[in-house]
Amino acid sequence: MKKIEAVIRPEKLETVRSALAGIDILGMTVTEVSGRGRQRGISLQWRVGEYRVEFLPKVKIEVVVLDEDLGRAMNVIVSKARTGERGDGKIFVLPIDNAVRIRTGDEGENAI
Amino acid sequence: MIDAGDTTWILISSALVMLMTPGLALFYGGMVREKNVLSTFMMSFALIGLVGMLWLLYGYSLSFAPDLGGVIGKLDFLGLMNVGQEPSDIYASTVPHLAFMVFQGMFAIITVALWTGGIVERTRFSGFLILATLWFTIIYCPVTHWVWGDGGWLANLGVLDFAGGIVVHVNAGMSALALALLLRPRRGFREGDPMEPHNVPMVMLGTGLLWFGWFGFNAGSALTSGGLATNAFVATNASAAAGAFTWMLLGWMKRRPSALGAATGAVAGLAAVTPAAGFIHPLVGIPIGIVASIIGYYCILWRTKRGIDESLDVWAVHGMGGLWGALATGIFASVTINSAGADGLLWGGGLQFAKQIAGVAAVAAFAFSGTWILGKLVDVTIGLRVKDEEEVVGLDISQHGERAYGGILP
Repeated sequence: MKKIEAVIRPEKLETVRSALAGIDILGMTVTEVSGRGRQRGISLQWRVGEYRVEFLPKVKIEVVVLDEDLGRAMNVIVSKARTGERGDGKIFVLPIDNAVRIRTGDEGENAI
Repeated sequence: MIDAGDTTWILISSALVMLMTPGLALFYGGMVREKNVLSTFMMSFALIGLVGMLWLLYGYSLSFAPDLGGVIGKLDFLGLMNVGQEPSDIYASTVPHLAFMVFQGMFAIITVALWTGGIVERTRFSGFLILATLWFTIIYCPVTHWVWGDGGWLANLGVLDFAGGIVVHVNAGMSALALALLLRPRRGFREGDPMEPHNVPMVMLGTGLLWFGWFGFNAGSALTSGGLATNAFVATNASAAAGAFTWMLLGWMKRRPSALGAATGAVAGLAAVTPAAGFIHPLVGIPIGIVASIIGYYCILWRTKRGIDESLDVWAVHGMGGLWGALATGIFASVTINSAGADGLLWGGGLQFAKQIAGVAAVAAFAFSGTWILGKLVDVTIGLRVKDEEEVVGLDISQHGERAYGGILP
């Protein structure tokens, strides 16, 4: 089991979600986050001057998948979340020790 | 002789001016960071309570009771003594004395609230309440008496201030500047930490309430409900409109037409037309508003470059706006608009212009130095600034034990 943490553009969330559903990956947790990579912040204005906002709004998707689904899931996210401009985001993959479905008590891959 | 129309208008105007203080709280509260919004609100709301009482107890007497040496009112009206349902012998002869009294009381409340914009996000609440009491007693009441009190020395000199450009805006603006210098900048201000306004729609809502309430402030200051009130009403709207539009364009020339800029311009225009509204042709409101925004805009640029953290620009917007408006009164005033006024520079009244300068200079100097001394006094005795860690956590939690927007639990 692997966890995919994908930080993407907020406007790409729905495209990514439906594409993942298309390969039968339905469960996910979504968080509004702020962050930055190589994309620069933006400059906003006050009454007379400007101030910089270095952290821009992104969305973080967390999905836990079976090892054999990992490649397909990552391909889907990369292809659907990409614009080719700076600020498209990043994907991180982490190992998962165990999972439990709280309703039934199922553990491991059965819980996914 | 009580006039029903006049009384109605003064009571409604009093309620309108009362609403300006919550409006000011929204205006200021939206511009601070989320951790300080309740603290900023409370520096206005607490005064509705505090000054609301002090005004009845002794403030009205010090301001408007029979004169003592041109500088202060005597104690004839202490605790509303001799202030009843019949009109006053001196002021507003067509409305109950109580109506005139409460109308003026609303001005006292918002004037004290105005200068809090200079010292938000770092002021200790207990020290603030003491300072507000001292300032109200030692700065506001005397200045009001000088300009509006029967026998006040600036009134005797012939200084014109229709609705408080000098009494309210120059007074509060200079006081805010003095306190900001005394209290020093917020942590991180000089390091360039972003002090992002946490809720601009809140600022816009506050601006709307201020603009609305200002009709009571300025048109109510006619103290009657007829033509003069209407003149002031139209002039007020003209200046606010011109101020908002001008500031929007100034921002656009550099970057974008900002909402916060338009709101600021509206308030600058409103402050500037305040001393003039009942002495000028209504159309003159437009140039007054335009110039108010230009002055305010460049004054903010100047104070930011100097590293002065007069945080919400009470000095630039209200102080300098009021100063400009008081001088503009000395330029554009005409006795054809208000026979109780005078002719300004434009109509050959050079002397009136000089009187306006004198009035502004006297109040500005008194407000700046007096407020600095009072602030210093409070700071060295009970403390006017929060501890560093209290400032970092935010004043909502450290001063009031509350937070504005709740946490993760429903």
